[in-house]
Amino acid sequence: MVEEVLSVYPEKARKLRAKHIVVKEEGSTCAIKANIKCVPGLMTARGCAYAGAKGVVWGPLKDMIHLSHGPVGCGYYSWGGRRNLTKGVVGVESFTPMQFTSDFSESDIVYGGDKKLEKVLREARELFPSVQGFSICSECPVGLIGDDIESVAKKMMKELDVPIVPVRCEGFRGISQSLGHHIANDAVRDHLLGKRERDDAGPYDISLIGDYNIGGDAWASKKILEEMGLRVRNVWTGDGTVEGMMAAHQVKLNLIHCYRSMNYICRHMEETYGIPWLEFNFFGPTKIKESIRKIAAQFDETIQRKGEEVIAKYEPLMRKVIDEYRPRLEGKRVMLYVGGLRPRHTIGAYEDLGMEVIGTGYEFAHKDDYDRTFPQMNNETIIYDDATEHELGEFIHRMRPDLVGSGIKEKYVFEKAGFPFRQMHSWDYSGPYHGYDGFPIFARDMDMAINSPTRTLAKAPWKKEKEVR
Amino acid sequence: MGEATSNCTQSVLEWMATEEYKEKNFARQALVVNPARTCQPFGAMLCALGIDGCLPFVHGSQGCAAYFRSCLTRHVREPVPLVSDSMTEDAAVFGGQANLIEGLKNAYATYKPAIMAIFSSCMAEVIGDDMKSFIGNARNQEAIPADFPIAFANTPSFTGSHITGFDNMLKGFLQSLADPRQGKWTNGRLYVVPGFDLYPANLREYRRLVTSMGIYMTMLPDPTEALDSPHTGEYKMYQPGTPMGELADALNASGFIFMQKYSTVGTRKFVENVQKITSEAVTMPIGIRNTDAFLMTLHEMTGKSIPAELEAERGRAVDAAIDAHQYIHGKRFAMYGDPDLLLGLVGFLLDMGGVPAHIVCSNGNEPFRKEMEALLASSPFGAHGKVYNGKDLWHLRSLLLTDPVDMLIGDSHGKQIAKDADIPMARIGYYLPDRVHLHRQPIVGYQGAINLITMIANIFIDEYDRNCPEERFEILR
Repeated sequence: MVEEVLSVYPEKARKLRAKHIVVKEEGSTCAIKANIKCVPGLMTARGCAYAGAKGVVWGPLKDMIHLSHGPVGCGYYSWGGRRNLTKGVVGVESFTPMQFTSDFSESDIVYGGDKKLEKVLREARELFPSVQGFSICSECPVGLIGDDIESVAKKMMKELDVPIVPVRCEGFRGISQSLGHHIANDAVRDHLLGKRERDDAGPYDISLIGDYNIGGDAWASKKILEEMGLRVRNVWTGDGTVEGMMAAHQVKLNLIHCYRSMNYICRHMEETYGIPWLEFNFFGPTKIKESIRKIAAQFDETIQRKGEEVIAKYEPLMRKVIDEYRPRLEGKRVMLYVGGLRPRHTIGAYEDLGMEVIGTGYEFAHKDDYDRTFPQMNNETIIYDDATEHELGEFIHRMRPDLVGSGIKEKYVFEKAGFPFRQMHSWDYSGPYHGYDGFPIFARDMDMAINSPTRTLAKAPWKKEKEVR
Repeated sequence: MGEATSNCTQSVLEWMATEEYKEKNFARQALVVNPARTCQPFGAMLCALGIDGCLPFVHGSQGCAAYFRSCLTRHVREPVPLVSDSMTEDAAVFGGQANLIEGLKNAYATYKPAIMAIFSSCMAEVIGDDMKSFIGNARNQEAIPADFPIAFANTPSFTGSHITGFDNMLKGFLQSLADPRQGKWTNGRLYVVPGFDLYPANLREYRRLVTSMGIYMTMLPDPTEALDSPHTGEYKMYQPGTPMGELADALNASGFIFMQKYSTVGTRKFVENVQKITSEAVTMPIGIRNTDAFLMTLHEMTGKSIPAELEAERGRAVDAAIDAHQYIHGKRFAMYGDPDLLLGLVGFLLDMGGVPAHIVCSNGNEPFRKEMEALLASSPFGAHGKVYNGKDLWHLRSLLLTDPVDMLIGDSHGKQIAKDADIPMARIGYYLPDRVHLHRQPIVGYQGAINLITMIANIFIDEYDRNCPEERFEILR
């Protein structure tokens, strides 16, 4: 099947793409190639380094202004596209729902944008006096014309007396948003981390890392951790604060949800501050239970006992959800294609509902993501990296899943083709999907997608009659 | 801590609503906050989606393509095909020719387009790639057949806005693919150019009005189906658009009518000055008088009379306007959007006795200001209207808080400032990702006037019902 699907490409493209697709077999190890340049001219879902740095990592850090430095477009498109909910008065306590740009004109390209950048920062500081810092997220032209945003940041930090972080995330760097995550992590490390001490550090202090609070996800996760008796000092970077990030070196454990985007900072904190880190998965009751126990094992008996209490408290509620939805979802087959962590993390939640994932893949994963994914998959699952729209379409048409979970760019392609679909980046404007609060919503949404009566309207009755005759 | 924080928050918030803050806000020269416009290639993509069998192709970094597709898809809830040649660091050093040639080869083989439209992102513009010669080299290297039609346009993101990109790409189509005019012969077709318009329902309305007058027309470009395709259980990557033959024949048109002036400036100049084709540009036909003017222009250009059914439709729109005038008359409005949309909207409000107060146009120029000011001066209801070119939604927020209005008109990005100012909002324009199907209702023509009147009047009535004292709550409104 794979060969047939790829046969439409010219030879060079076919050879390149063949390395990105594997079918899991009994005992096979993961031979997939990942984190390689996209093939020019083939429709990819990938974004760029700027999208990874500004859009994903920095954007949800709410009390800073994240300046889209360069022409107007990148900031416009990354504005509000990622449902990072925040608490706080907009424009005073939270800037995440807003968009700030230095709006390059032709003269900035010709003469350089450093002077303008200084002015932009001054104006922003004056108009938004409660801002706790700035990130300067550079767009393509900034790197190409050789602007020195680092020295502007240094100079202006002294003048304006708030942290100013240069983030060299020009879109042409690297091959996807993934490098932007790494660049953003490095900037956090160099400019914020360890810069503030809190005097109320405690034995149960933890950070929740890589939960961007899509549709309130981080709040649902935090609720479980707090019920376990842990103190979540900071969420990186969903509804996150500068202060929390600066003092993050004082926590006892880092819990990482989106490994792809934030593993770098966890490794750094382990090496530098000796803080252990743990991957966990809060999708669906089975994985939540496993994760609670794994997390609790890092702490004392009090936390372990409370962890069991949390599981016991929510088990009946989860049972109810499963009893309601499983009869309608049992045996349904799902194909996924998402970014970050979801291509593997959500599998357990589907399985809790009796569903099976028959194909999965990532937009911008690395080898280590696939090493983590393989063990989760059943044999004969097809796994695709940086799938082009042509490939994904062909796989889905040949394998006929009952549900497709992917992003906004794919949504209407597959809905139009008659496949039930859920956006698995933005939860299709629903959510949260994390934690015990999220699972009932997840189950309802998957059931709604598959069993909506609107799906039965596609064929006009006179067309149906014709077919029967 | 909580108490102190909230006091501080409160005082900053109050200060942000003052005249003093407004002055500071309007004094800024470099920072842009919440811009009401985006970059050129986005408009170019919309234009390319309107040509039959056309695959839009961004020459530059691939992130742009992902962003354009996501954004347009969220607005229309439709698939948006677009490829990129995925330029990275090495292309920044060596130029993007290798990417463009390989990209053309792969896209041609995989997606089998009838035509491709290539437009540049800012990366390609900054390094100075020469698309024309790259395309020639792609043909020489047989990445694509020698006669495969390709149009291209330079669409730098650091000049103009999405409306400029639309214009540049449209001109690119005519320059690359339309055969130059041969003498005085015409093909007898009127070419209707919608401009940057993300209401497929508007485009359908134009077609209905023009053809109901018995005029042979071509919509150029025609992204109607691309922005609103039927659900049949089968996905088709290419939706019907302007047929290639009619694009190739465009410069033999009997005339061009431009439904927007400011998003088609360059194309119009090309058609008029270079190709000597009769052309007219109308104010976007929003509201009754603007629709009248559009139909009269059609009549003058073609000699065709306006049929009785359109006159009856006009009558129904007038009836709707009079029936609902009391809900709009004297109400003050703030609005923002593209120049053409704003000219249409202000005309509509003046028809209704509405009072346009703050008119913010991020991508407005001096000719726009003059035209808008003349329009405002033409009516006593326009006396208090003020035009703000090059301003953004944070400027508008200051205006709403220091000089309040009854309603904000604009796209979904304005919802936060409408909330801050505690006023209702009518969602009109592009980008509307937080409501369903608004793009499926026309805002142009007589039917569009009825829709706008209905929307705006009912928002006011809803607002009154929700907020009125109990003793004022009654069934009659």
